[in-house]
Amino acid sequence: MGKLKLAFYWAASCGGCDIAVLEIGEHILKVAEIADIVFWPCAMDFKYSDVAKMPDKNIDVCFFNGGIRVSEHEHIAKLLRAKSKILIAFGSCACEGCIPGLANLKTKQEIFDRAYKETPTTENPKNIMPQLKTKVPEGELELPEFKDQLKTLAQTVDVDYFVPGCPPIGEQVWKMIQTLASGKLPPKGSFLGCGDKTVCDECPRKKDVKKIKKIYRNYEIVPDPEVCLLEQGIICMGPATRSGCDAQCIKAGMPCVGCYGPPPNVQDQGAKMLSALASIIDTEDEEAAKKILADVVDPAGTFYMFGVPNSILKGAKKK
Amino acid sequence: MKKITIDPITRLEGHGKIAIFLNDEGDVANAYLQIPELRGFEKFCEGRRVEEMPNLTSRICGVCPEAHSMSSTKALDAVFHIEPSSAVKKIRELLYSAFHFADKTTHFYILAGADFVVGPEAPPAERNILGLIAKVGKEAGLSVIRHRLMGHKIIQIIGGRQVHATYGLPGGVSKPLTKEEIAEIQKMAKEMVKFGEFTLKLFNDIVLKNKAYVDLILSDTYTSETYYMGTVDKNNHVNFYDGKIRVVGPDGKEFVKYDPKDYQKHLAERVEPWTYLKFPYLKNVGWKGLVGGKNSGVYQATPLSRLNAADGMATLLAQEAYKTMYETLGGKPVHKTLATHWARIIELMYAAERTLELSEDPEIAETDVRPVPKEKPTKGVGEVEAPRGTLTHDYETDERGVVKKVNLIVGTTNNNAAISISVKKAAQGVIKKGKVSEGLLNKVEMAFRSYDPCMACATHTLPGQMPLEVKIYDSQMNPIKTLRR
Amino acid sequence: MFEPNIVGFTCNWCTYAGADLAGTSRIQYPPNIRMIRVMCTGRINPEFIIKAFEAGADGVLIGGCHIGDCHYLKGNYQTIKRYLLLKMLIEQFGINPKRLRLEFISASEGGRFATVVKEMVKDIQKLGPLNWNGHGGE
Repeated sequence: MGKLKLAFYWAASCGGCDIAVLEIGEHILKVAEIADIVFWPCAMDFKYSDVAKMPDKNIDVCFFNGGIRVSEHEHIAKLLRAKSKILIAFGSCACEGCIPGLANLKTKQEIFDRAYKETPTTENPKNIMPQLKTKVPEGELELPEFKDQLKTLAQTVDVDYFVPGCPPIGEQVWKMIQTLASGKLPPKGSFLGCGDKTVCDECPRKKDVKKIKKIYRNYEIVPDPEVCLLEQGIICMGPATRSGCDAQCIKAGMPCVGCYGPPPNVQDQGAKMLSALASIIDTEDEEAAKKILADVVDPAGTFYMFGVPNSILKGAKKK
Repeated sequence: MKKITIDPITRLEGHGKIAIFLNDEGDVANAYLQIPELRGFEKFCEGRRVEEMPNLTSRICGVCPEAHSMSSTKALDAVFHIEPSSAVKKIRELLYSAFHFADKTTHFYILAGADFVVGPEAPPAERNILGLIAKVGKEAGLSVIRHRLMGHKIIQIIGGRQVHATYGLPGGVSKPLTKEEIAEIQKMAKEMVKFGEFTLKLFNDIVLKNKAYVDLILSDTYTSETYYMGTVDKNNHVNFYDGKIRVVGPDGKEFVKYDPKDYQKHLAERVEPWTYLKFPYLKNVGWKGLVGGKNSGVYQATPLSRLNAADGMATLLAQEAYKTMYETLGGKPVHKTLATHWARIIELMYAAERTLELSEDPEIAETDVRPVPKEKPTKGVGEVEAPRGTLTHDYETDERGVVKKVNLIVGTTNNNAAISISVKKAAQGVIKKGKVSEGLLNKVEMAFRSYDPCMACATHTLPGQMPLEVKIYDSQMNPIKTLRR
Repeated sequence: MFEPNIVGFTCNWCTYAGADLAGTSRIQYPPNIRMIRVMCTGRINPEFIIKAFEAGADGVLIGGCHIGDCHYLKGNYQTIKRYLLLKMLIEQFGINPKRLRLEFISASEGGRFATVVKEMVKDIQKLGPLNWNGHGGE
């Protein structure tokens, strides 16, 4: 059997998912034994034209990370879908939009105005904005279009597998690679490199009855390191987040922020957490509940930090 | 005019393309570095809880997430008007030094190193980590992987995870270190210092002893004279975590030294319609276009800039290497862009030594590291040296700590103008009379690569079989496995 | 004047029965409301409400038993808390929180049910159609 042909691509990404591949450490040598990498802009000198020249389905597995933010990302997603047998949405951005997805709560105009006009260091008296086409003395320059909303990979092309996490942790990346290399592929649409419960299952803290009379921001108290954070009043996304990360953030003394996306069979992570949090508020009085919930100063950013594009609403109402 | 586009530029972090215009004689009339994307952090962070800013801004970059979370954490200190204790500062700097070490290891060995070590016009199949391993030995490859992971392990011990660590609170860190964790860090830090020495020696043997490479470094094609910026401590030594921002002119003399919170008095950003990335420049010199020199506000913020802007390094072995570099290259300041690679590994040495120094400081065993701020949040600025340059986070909140305004000046952004100048100069230097080859285009890309540590990648194979034998040793250097292809 | 689409999640034991009573008593109320019967408002997932707006509703009414009278004892307490948080959330997504309304209407309050629906239709008419990203309309 010949070597597998792999490709890696990053769309609107921070690069963390490419680094995540390195976190498998010395296992990378085993990967090198069984596979050739035919496209990886961050690490190899192949260009887009090289991919376009490939026959269809030339690539065995393509790991696509990053959200679809500009027209170039959309174009390359469609190109790589055509050239790949298996296309994997790798990491939170590709799976549910992740933190850049928070831009869907603002408009494109607001984002441009802030970046290019309003920030205090910007000196732009002529109100220059990036343009799709610009004439310069020597010819013409093009930029891809910034789309109205950031989309996930599955909202753009057909996706075979999903690997959640921001980024997926090293141990899980290696497990996922082993699954793919084994040839025993799970059903299309499966989530790989993760668990099938919630983070609470992996969290080592003591859990008792959840009833809180006050919500605290994580700097307002010094929480007991042995006890569930939610029970101490700090909002932790654990109950509404898929397992697989080994509860690393919680072990570091910080609450889960939800980066492994929604648990199995849940589309809208934020709605689930909203419901969970409301349920543990310990009062039956509406006025008292209002007071306690007033400390949730940013419901959208708290419950949907990673999942705006993949939520039911996908973003704020377009104006 | 004929237009050649390099799309995308490769072996770096982020997206970019270079458009090169050739005139009728086939010489380069102009070259433009275009950054084709924008995500909008400065807007979509509005409305968020300010204590989540380290987590949010960490996702600006997955190669240097700790630069953002650290700058953000320092901004939280300012926003909440809380001064971190000496112990908290040391724990943070310990994480931060380990991070710089890992990041620079990644860049030098796994990314840009191949251009230098294998050769700028070598076949693309060899111009990567595998070609580098063939040159320097397979043990080096495993050693790189192992030592790089040590830096990440230290980040994980303090911040919970290897990528997007989470530890930063106003005035504090999220948890203290245990005795066992400190012992583990010390053990790794000692190895890291040895690896720093090994790297400096390798650079000397493979690059500095090779006349062709030295000529390349000293060539005019890769020379650029601009202002240089870096953070310095009170002794004017390079410091990644804290200090004042010092800018020296192309003549090496101090131009200004300011407190990071006053950055708005010194920096401005320019917008061009053909790229999404803005161009910061020195406000008090002014924007004169994409040109270098004393009268242009263009500046660099890179490892080389930091060394140019400082009077020395704060640790022994790094300081020796610093002296050697300047003696070899003819004194301060050095305007040779490719020397940035050398400056980066001198900083790698410093990062390793500083990690060891801090790991042996008894204060990091302090258990009271998570104070509760007493004042209401308002606004503040946090700054650190990201591996790629001075990084500034500026936040304004309401009295509930909800973010109202964000301004960010990010490491690589500082260098946008300088990189553009370097790319154009390199294109004009290597492409003449219409002769364009893959190797020459790579030489244009090299002008970009020395500024930006970028993405990491360990070993990967390439089309075109290269025989490879890898021996895997355990920690006692006993061979446990041999892989061949 | 546009005719709003209002979705009403109403509990089986109280509000739904109250609506039935309005019907059998021949008390007129506008036809703009589409009722979805649930056994208890405490069973309503926030997703249902969000989905209703996404699918074209201009307003959503939640109708449950009076406080202290929930058929399952505590269900409507949970409803209140979720409703409060949901109002805060939808505002951030650009949906005026006045479009979401929680009312306690018992099985004997047919007249009250009709009044609430009439009021809500007028209020939503003032706000205009939500027309979420092209869904909904007349």
